[in-house]
Amino acid sequence: MAALTPISRKPMSMVLPAVASAGGFVGMFVGAGQGNVLLGILAGAALMAALAWVYIAVLDNERVARWITILGMGAGGFLFAGLTGMIIGLLAGWFFAFYIFWLFEGRYRRKLLPYLTGRQVFWHYAFRVTCGAIFVFLITPILVVLPLSFNAQDFFTFTPEMLRLDPEGYSLKHYRDFFTNNEWQRSFKNSLIIAPIATIISVTLGTLAAIGLSQSHVPGRRAIMGILISPMIVPLIISATGMFFFYSDIGRFLEGTLGMNKNFVGYVKVVLAHAVLGIPFVIITVTATLVGFDQSLTRAAANMGAGPVRTFFKIQMPLILPGVISGGLFAFITSFDEVVVVLFVGSASQKTLPWQMFTGLREQISPTILAVATILVVLSIALLTTVELLRRRSERLRGLTPA
Amino acid sequence: MTDATQSGPMLAADGTPLKKSLARSLRRRKLRALALISPLLLFVLLSFVIPIVSMLFRSVENGIVSQTIPLTVVELQNWDAEGGELPNEAVYAAFTKDMLAAIEAKQHTRLGSRLNYEKTGMSSMFRRSGRQIKKLDPEADAPFKDKLIEIHDGWGDVDTWRTIKTHAVPITNGYFLNAVDMRRTPEGAQAQPDDKKILIKLFGRTLMMSLIITGSCVLLAYPISYLLANLPMRISNLLMILVLLPFWTSLLVRTSAWKVMLQQQGVINETLVWLGLVADDARLVIINNQFGTIIAMTHILLPFMILPMYSVMQTIPPTYTRAAKSMGATNWTTFWRIYFPQSIPGIGAGSILVFILAIGYYITPEIVGGTKGVFISNRIAYHISSSLNWGLAAALGTILLVVVLVLYWAYDKIVGIDNVKLG
Repeated sequence: MAALTPISRKPMSMVLPAVASAGGFVGMFVGAGQGNVLLGILAGAALMAALAWVYIAVLDNERVARWITILGMGAGGFLFAGLTGMIIGLLAGWFFAFYIFWLFEGRYRRKLLPYLTGRQVFWHYAFRVTCGAIFVFLITPILVVLPLSFNAQDFFTFTPEMLRLDPEGYSLKHYRDFFTNNEWQRSFKNSLIIAPIATIISVTLGTLAAIGLSQSHVPGRRAIMGILISPMIVPLIISATGMFFFYSDIGRFLEGTLGMNKNFVGYVKVVLAHAVLGIPFVIITVTATLVGFDQSLTRAAANMGAGPVRTFFKIQMPLILPGVISGGLFAFITSFDEVVVVLFVGSASQKTLPWQMFTGLREQISPTILAVATILVVLSIALLTTVELLRRRSERLRGLTPA
Repeated sequence: MTDATQSGPMLAADGTPLKKSLARSLRRRKLRALALISPLLLFVLLSFVIPIVSMLFRSVENGIVSQTIPLTVVELQNWDAEGGELPNEAVYAAFTKDMLAAIEAKQHTRLGSRLNYEKTGMSSMFRRSGRQIKKLDPEADAPFKDKLIEIHDGWGDVDTWRTIKTHAVPITNGYFLNAVDMRRTPEGAQAQPDDKKILIKLFGRTLMMSLIITGSCVLLAYPISYLLANLPMRISNLLMILVLLPFWTSLLVRTSAWKVMLQQQGVINETLVWLGLVADDARLVIINNQFGTIIAMTHILLPFMILPMYSVMQTIPPTYTRAAKSMGATNWTTFWRIYFPQSIPGIGAGSILVFILAIGYYITPEIVGGTKGVFISNRIAYHISSSLNWGLAAALGTILLVVVLVLYWAYDKIVGIDNVKLG
């Protein structure tokens, strides 16, 4: 929608109030930092309105105005609140320089349809700001955890040193604790044992079943699909309750009658439980990949004398591999992130990382949790990137235009 | 087929009738598909469906009374529970004999705790009198009535015997009655005393809070999905990362983040105090109550609402709204009459999904919900791990499962499980 809307300069009566209200908003925070919110609002509004008036009526040179604002506000911020203040001041200065001329030159209309009324334009931007606020809501909790994990104190809040960007306020001690503490290391190891095995089971069985489900004539397809997806839908607490009773019977049988090692049986129970929970994700992603699969390719392979196994590994598997891998990643993260079932089915020697975090959050709350959380966020960013790349590759392979 | 004179059914290359040959090949394909599916289906049935079904049985199964004290149960058949009189000597003799056997097998305390769910004090009564009854001899020490009453006056209470008689049935509806704040009495189902009525309220709260969470997810997800669906692909893919990152981040990470944000000394309160909006001694209480649960779960479930909404809104052709506008509709009319009705499937799909997920949530309410903001799942977990009233836990679980399965069925009808998308 590259509408070439002609833009024109706007009157002062419109620019000044808009700039003043934004200035008042920022002034509120500065005022709060200095102990007087009301004064901050008034001063901010007056200062910004005056600045806008000077730029428009007297200076009329955008480039000079921009540098004056950025440097001036950066210096102001430094005087008020040190290094942090300077960074915030520079950003605010950049914003106001942009904002004043964006309004005055009428640039805000450039990308909109020419016939929109003023009110529609206002709603357009109000909507954008609302959406921005919701995105902030979505992402803030994750962003808050990251810096707090470097806290030098054992607090869950930002200390004054951290806000001043003082290196004294930051440390890696929580990470050190995670990597040296036996409890955390053991649970981390348990997670690294359980999750991959559970993933392998659910990916192998899930892929076979997804291939079966994607054939044209499957009796009772809907019912089978319903059963296979149900582990995702049934509340975890119910799955956990059911498995708790069932697996304790199985466990007694394996230990008592077959005389297996107690520890080993514990792992088997948790792995099987997690494998079931991961299956719906494999089924969903792999069937989605198979929707675009060209069945004539397998027929062509058969025609040229390849057996079903060879056809599968040489033809079908490479084409659906992206879907299989992303299903596997889903299954992995499901197991890696699972608390409820392992809490009920497992015993203390199968304590996984999420279990340790859960007890940490409920009982002895230690900031090491935040260090672990940060590591997990980094892990999930890596997984997300992989899945996204695989999705694009799969779409390219299937000849669809990349989204 | 080249032979025009050939009559009868069409033949395949090997001479069998084509119809038969096609049917055989179809059957073979069906079998092959089933053979591919069956390992997984068996696995899921064995390790998921059967455990859950056996849990359902546990909610009605009640063999413990008649297995532990079989003779007493038989004798109690002849006793009139309504009469207000104590049972006769035969019951006491049978009971002593049963108890001696049960003490031998160390089963009497289990029966005691089972009956304790119905009448408080039974557990300690069984445990304490067990030690004394052990010394009795089933032949020499008769009659037993007075001796037992001497050991514990509970055995001289008509209510004790009424409770035993009421719960002697092998299949009971008692747990389900307990789950809806009623109890099984000799006179039939009756309401629990008021101080024990908590479960209906808890069910109501679970439903109510799940609805509020679903509603706030709709409110927050709608603008976002609209924006994502109407921006150019390149930008919307970038913004989508902001939605997918929380989706991929560990649930515990997000829950601990909310704990950090909402605490009394947490990020939100500190900021508000700093801004002077809230006095330092009047910090907001936003954790360990319903508000904490609602805000944290709205955040956690929001991606599950945005993704289906977004995929529906992507398919709405922009030409319709332009046509409406060109015919003179106002912005509001265009949205409400043209765009909104087309986006309803997305709202429906997202709402059912979020509601299903919300209603069975356990971790987040447990951590940020305190006592006021917990769900029925937390009660189930409590009965499994702390009070050990597994029958009641199974009954509560069954009710929750039925609600979820009805919603799942509706979801399948409306959206189709094949259309679930991830990321």
